[in-house]
Amino acid sequence: MRGDSADTLTLVYLARLRDAFGASSERIVLPPDVTTAAELRAWLASRGGAFAAELAPGRMVRVAVNHDIAQPDTPVRPGDEVALLPPVTGG
Amino acid sequence: MTVRVQTEDFDVARELAELRGRDPRVGAVAAFIGTVRDINDDATVNKLTLEHYPGMTEKALAGIVADAKARWDIFEALVIHRVGELAPADQIVLVGVTSAHRGEAFAACEFIMDYLKTRAPFWKKEQTPEGARWVEARAGDDEAAARWKK
Repeated sequence: MRGDSADTLTLVYLARLRDAFGASSERIVLPPDVTTAAELRAWLASRGGAFAAELAPGRMVRVAVNHDIAQPDTPVRPGDEVALLPPVTGG
Repeated sequence: MTVRVQTEDFDVARELAELRGRDPRVGAVAAFIGTVRDINDDATVNKLTLEHYPGMTEKALAGIVADAKARWDIFEALVIHRVGELAPADQIVLVGVTSAHRGEAFAACEFIMDYLKTRAPFWKKEQTPEGARWVEARAGDDEAAARWKK
């Protein structure tokens, strides 16, 4: 999925979030003012609806950038694969 | 180090024999096997579906095993985690560790499981008589993983 296009970023929604958002992934063009994992999460929440509910501040959702858990200030760039992960329940 | 994510079941005896490989330095083999319970949060579980995030899962598990190897004097480590549809009593996960003495093997095995539970991108969905539901994460798992941060 990564690197399919130089201009777009791939979002991946997993488990409960896939059900809530009704999609397993989507390609987006990053707004110029969205440069970090935290900004991307806030921008998605501003879509309203299920995005606002699931990504509200305080909801336990982790962001992974290119398969590594991100910190709020981790950069996001076109070409990245960014996943939204609900709390994990394996094992 | 071996990390596998698979739909098929695994043979514990065969996997542990391969892990040991008749290495004469090995004096201890610790293993943990996680299985599907038929009751969770007071509901009957008929079926469990396990999903993961391909690509990240393998990377996360390899990172956890590497952390264990850096922390304890262990020889080999193995993690096998199943995905897909499982039924009560099915095997879900196997962690195996070899070392010269039991202390390292026990500790590394528990560490790997505690971190797997809180960091590896797996999710369980249960089928109960009331319908399907995503399993909620447990605070106890975070506390178990936090014990190792010292």
